[in-house]
Order: sequence, then structure tokens, then C-alpha cells
Amino acid sequence: MIHDFHYLRPDSLQEAMTMLSEYGDRSKILCGGQSLLIVMRQGMVAPEYVIDIKHLNELNYIRFDEKKGLAIGATTTHRAIEKSDVIKRRYPVIADMENRLASIQTRNWGTIGGNLAHADPAGDPAPVLIVLGAEITLASLKGERTMLLEEFFVDYFTTQLNEDEIIKEINVPVLPPRSGCAYQKFNLLRNDMGIVGVAVKVTLNEAGVCTDAKICLGNAGRVPIRARKAEGAVIGQKYDEKLFAEAGKIASEECEPVSDIHASEEFRRHLVSVLTRRMLVAAWKAI
Amino acid sequence: MEKKLLRFKLNGLEYEIFINPKTLLVDVIRDHIGFTGTKKGCESGSCGACTVMVEDMAVKSCSVLAMQVEGMNVTTVEGLEKNGKLSPIQEAFLDYGAFQCGFCTPGMLMSATALLKENEGKVLTEEEIREGIEGNICRCTGYNSIIRAIEAVSKGEYKEG
Repeated sequence: MIHDFHYLRPDSLQEAMTMLSEYGDRSKILCGGQSLLIVMRQGMVAPEYVIDIKHLNELNYIRFDEKKGLAIGATTTHRAIEKSDVIKRRYPVIADMENRLASIQTRNWGTIGGNLAHADPAGDPAPVLIVLGAEITLASLKGERTMLLEEFFVDYFTTQLNEDEIIKEINVPVLPPRSGCAYQKFNLLRNDMGIVGVAVKVTLNEAGVCTDAKICLGNAGRVPIRARKAEGAVIGQKYDEKLFAEAGKIASEECEPVSDIHASEEFRRHLVSVLTRRMLVAAWKAI
Repeated sequence: MEKKLLRFKLNGLEYEIFINPKTLLVDVIRDHIGFTGTKKGCESGSCGACTVMVEDMAVKSCSVLAMQVEGMNVTTVEGLEKNGKLSPIQEAFLDYGAFQCGFCTPGMLMSATALLKENEGKVLTEEEIREGIEGNICRCTGYNSIIRAIEAVSKGEYKEG
């Protein structure tokens, strides 16, 4: 049962930030509510004030610039991202990830800002955006600050957001030439949350040698985790499936998955190992 | 709790109601207005029985705060028929026996309608249809009859009106 709350409907980002500065941690921003309403119904979150920003069109946009890259406003729905022509063309890994995120109904109403603010370690967008080098911009009456998305997550369902801050935008840089990305989650139903998910980005030089690799593990710890040792094993090397299997093993040792009803810790580590190997192959082949 | 005014259109009719702002869309539709075609299943966004269309988009009405459809058009299964005639997808569901217990049917019809609207004039593949109803769970049919019904409408075997 959802606890009673005061419903606030700001007409602008400015007004939303003013409300946040007044009510602080007694309030909660609601956008699509596809995650928040569930935890409110379970009684885990019971804000006194709900600040509804779903209708704020000033944060509903997808823009692409050849220099600055991709900018996605916080209230943009998953479905809009999935269907965006420029994202399909320039960042197909994002469109594919969105296509497998929950159901069409959820994607139609749920938003990218809400998903990231919820900070469920099993969320799909974070690992993919992190390997792409995405940044997130937070805004409050005091001003804006931008950080790497991988620094945004602090703990289970906990982020760097201060109580007066709101997510404004997500930025994804233009990929260097000869870069490839891949993401896969392991689950029982196609669009379930991942029991484990792995995102990989690799960049090669003209000789086919890997100059940059980013590997991010979803639902293998409290927050999306960069597998830095596994990345190090791949950088400076050429396509080598034996090496990728080794990198998978390394990744499985540098994460901290839990055991729960869906999978044991041991099985999750196994999945990280297999998916890392497969995604390295897939990212290489995507170039 | 202070009640809030919500104005929206349901199946073409305008409604103005005062509600506790925590009320979910499914409860406004079923309990405040009285259209009980829309079903409550899991109440956690998993089963799709409560699917309605908001501005022709399928959404799960158990996971949408009613206040968020202010000024919008909402369609439920009751809004599919026109002038007393069932819509093409409803006719097709009957012909293909696309249900048994019927509990998922209103939500399934709304997802199918949204899918067909989005792809008007296009013949959908089986995979596209399966993807279109990915958010709706049916315990009875094994989905095949539902997919055949949607396929038939997509191929133009049923005409509006």
C-alpha cells in the first residue's frame, strides 16, 4: 500500500529544483515511476512530497552532434531511445539494450533518468553507458555538476545525487574510429532483468591492436563494476579467443556477486566469465 | 490527504474527478469510473493484465500514477468497439479462440491494438508480434492462437467497421 503524499507538479526544471531545495529528503522525484512506484507500494520508500517531472518536455530530447556526441534528456523514455534513428545508427548497442529492457509498456512510460536514479545494480543502461564513457549532469539551484556515470553509483540503490539535486542529462561521447561495443545479459525470459550482464567496448589501431578496452559488469556487485584487470589483459593485444577466455576468468575474480534466489555467487562468477569472453568476441566483430 | 483534480479522456469521454494523488491509473479506471474490463493481476508491472493505451501507447495502468495522464487520452478494452461493433482484433480473437480464462485478454487486446496501430499498413512477422506482446502473460493459450489472431489482422483479413 502506497503511503499518502503531497503531489507536486512543477512546470519547469527550475521550479522542480526549487521544490527539491525546499523539501530535500522529505521529497522524491517521480518520473515514469516504473521502479519508484513498485518500491513505494512495498513501503520501502515513503516520501512526504512527490515531485512529478514526467511531463517536463524541456528534459525530453535526444540530440546528436558530430563533435559533442549524444545528449539524452533525463525524462526521455526508454522507448524513444530504442526507436531513435540516430541512436540506432551511431550507438546500436544502446538501441539493442533498450529493446531488451523490461516490456514495451514499461519502456513506453519509464525514463532513462529514472532508471539511473533508481540505481538497481541489475539495471541495463548503466553498464552499456559506462563502457561508452558516458557522463551524467546533475542540477540544483546551486548549479550543475557533471561526472562520469561510473562514478555516479555509490551502493545498492544509492547514487551521488544530493537531496537537492536532479538528473538533467546523459552525454555519450563520439566513439573513436575502429571501436566496437556489445552487451548481453543472462536471464530466463528475454526481457527480464539480468542475472548478470556484461558490456564491452574495444578500440583498435590500424594494425588491429587493442588500444582501449572497457568492460562493465552489471548485477555482479553493489554497483556496475569496471573489470579493470580484465581490461588490462586485453589492451595491447590482438584478437585472440584464448586471451578473451582468460580475461573472462580475470573478470569473474574481480567482481563481488551475491547469492540470491536467481543464482548462486559461484554461478554468477561463471556467467561473468562466459559473458565477458563472448562480449569481447562480439565487440571485436562489431567493428 | 488533500484531493487533487484530474482531468482526462477515457474512451473518448471527458472525466473530471477528485482523487487522492497516490491513486494508480488502474484504480481510477476500475473503482472511480467503473470500467472493470481492465484487470489487476500481479500489481507489480509484470503480468500486463492491466495494460491500457495512453495516447495510443501501451502502458501498465498498475504502474502509472493516475495524476500523470492529466489532459491525455486513455483507451481501455471497453473503448475498442465502435458503434456497437467489435474492433478487428476483437473479432480475430474470437475467430482464432485466442483465450481461455480471459483474464489476460483485455490487456492482450490493448497491447495488440497498440502494436497494430504503430505498424499500420505493415504485415508483421511472427517475431515482431511476439515482441509486441512480450509484456503480457497468458497462462492458458500457449500464445499461439493469440499470435495467429494478431497476424490475421496485420495481414488485412479483418477490416474496421
